[in-house]
Amino acid sequence: MFYGVDLNSRLMLGTAQYPSPQVLRDAITASGAEVITVSLRREGPEGAGFRDILRDSGCRILPNTAGCHSVREAVTTAHMARELFGTTWIKLEVIGHADTLQPDPFALVEAARILCVDGFEVFPYTTEDLIVGEKLIEAGCRVLMPWGAPIGSGQGLRHVEALRTMRAHFASVPLVVDAGIGAPSQAMLAMEMGFDAVLLNTAVARALDPVTMARAFGQAVAAGQAACQAGLMPRRDMAQASTPIFGMAELA
Amino acid sequence: MISVLGCGVAGLCAATVLAEAGFAVEVIAPADAPPPVSHLAGGMLAPFCEGDGAPDLIVEKGRAAVDWWAAHVPGVERRGTLVLAPARDTVELDRFARATRGHDWAAPADLEPDLAGRFARGLFFADEAHMDPRAALGALRAALVDQGVVFHDGPPRGRVVDCRGLGAAGALGDLRAVRGEMLELDAPDVALTRVVRLLHPRFPCYIVPRGQGRYMVGATMVESARDGAITARAVMELLSAAYTVHPGFAEARLIATGAGLRPSFPDNIPAIRRLGDVIHVNGMYRHGFLMAPVLAMELVQILTQEMAHAD
Repeated sequence: MFYGVDLNSRLMLGTAQYPSPQVLRDAITASGAEVITVSLRREGPEGAGFRDILRDSGCRILPNTAGCHSVREAVTTAHMARELFGTTWIKLEVIGHADTLQPDPFALVEAARILCVDGFEVFPYTTEDLIVGEKLIEAGCRVLMPWGAPIGSGQGLRHVEALRTMRAHFASVPLVVDAGIGAPSQAMLAMEMGFDAVLLNTAVARALDPVTMARAFGQAVAAGQAACQAGLMPRRDMAQASTPIFGMAELA
Repeated sequence: MISVLGCGVAGLCAATVLAEAGFAVEVIAPADAPPPVSHLAGGMLAPFCEGDGAPDLIVEKGRAAVDWWAAHVPGVERRGTLVLAPARDTVELDRFARATRGHDWAAPADLEPDLAGRFARGLFFADEAHMDPRAALGALRAALVDQGVVFHDGPPRGRVVDCRGLGAAGALGDLRAVRGEMLELDAPDVALTRVVRLLHPRFPCYIVPRGQGRYMVGATMVESARDGAITARAVMELLSAAYTVHPGFAEARLIATGAGLRPSFPDNIPAIRRLGDVIHVNGMYRHGFLMAPVLAMELVQILTQEMAHAD
């Protein structure tokens, strides 16, 4: 449950960099995604033409504060998003480094605290750091969005053991792996590990065929989620014969 | 009589092709109309490069554009396009090569000696071209006037072909604006002779030589109808991208900036639409110079068939 909302598809899609709004719409449909995220910082109130197309998709909209580098920018952008979309959901990004787009955890926690008090339901884009995660929960967040790898890098789950630890540590908090996913197999791995959802953009938007890639990600996320629910077999240290060898001839 | 509304690239191409086909044409451009956003275009005739993102239809139809412009205006430079990427982002070149056709791998310095030592490899699209969009539109307009086509700002006297871009948004409900920003540099230290595109995950740019050491650098793509001056962010991004191509741009004089709104349909494909008695040619997006001649020819076919039917 994401702030009381249950989702069938656990794939969330970004909406930037597509060849056209039409391709974006087709990709959303093919992926089965029910949540899409959209930026506002650069487009401003005058981005209505594009936003109307997103609204028509029927998806739940998760506005984001991409491009914000300070608490004040992020808070202002969140308020604008609430007005424009009529939603209290906000994907909170406070960028700490212009090149890696790494989140600034200090400003993130501060902005999250302000927005939670203001009645927002905050989806904070964070790292896999446990203490930052705890501070975000303490600030009022009920979802955490750790990165897989830097935004747009396609490196997948760069710190997979740290993400496992995070999953175990925040057992009852919905966790969404956000950013850095480049291939459906990486999204599936996150779901197999027990993450509640995956959010991605570039891997679909910049594929040579975004619609087909969107479908592939939708299938991978669904497969990973099913596998997790079905109970994956534990990994074993060495190959073990699964049938007894008792009674067989020793030929050596 | 056909009354073409608007004198941007869509309107002037439509008027030119209609006049060539024997139609009586007038062009209507109110004195208080904003200057056409076509004036801010790169003036690239790059059907193959546009294949990254644009559907194959744009690549196929756009291929006719180079010959059309060369036959109608002076100054079409058939020197191809050189596509580069910063050393850290050379995977972008491989991706671009997969997304497009009509290219060969090239050593950038073989084509543009001024880039010697800066880029190990590049993609060369030999069959592309560029021109100065303002000069090209001026030449089309002058040729129309020479043929006796009247430009005026009174009411239309004939069948209306509406080419007003976002001026027609009231009639075309799904037309939206995509903001673009560009700048012009006077950079006598830089000697580039063809269009150079820099691939970058976040700050791509293209550089179009305008002659006499001048260059146009473009262009941002923002899903916004915000008009008004270029943003500081856009200037920083475009200049740093240009500087990545050639450090000589740091010493350039920034002689002009511009921001305009591209009229765009949801599929970003320029189109002809009939609404009642009015024919719209619109949604040029970033394909105006590539697609306006093609749409003008399709427009002539439509009108010719209508006339034949009416007879």
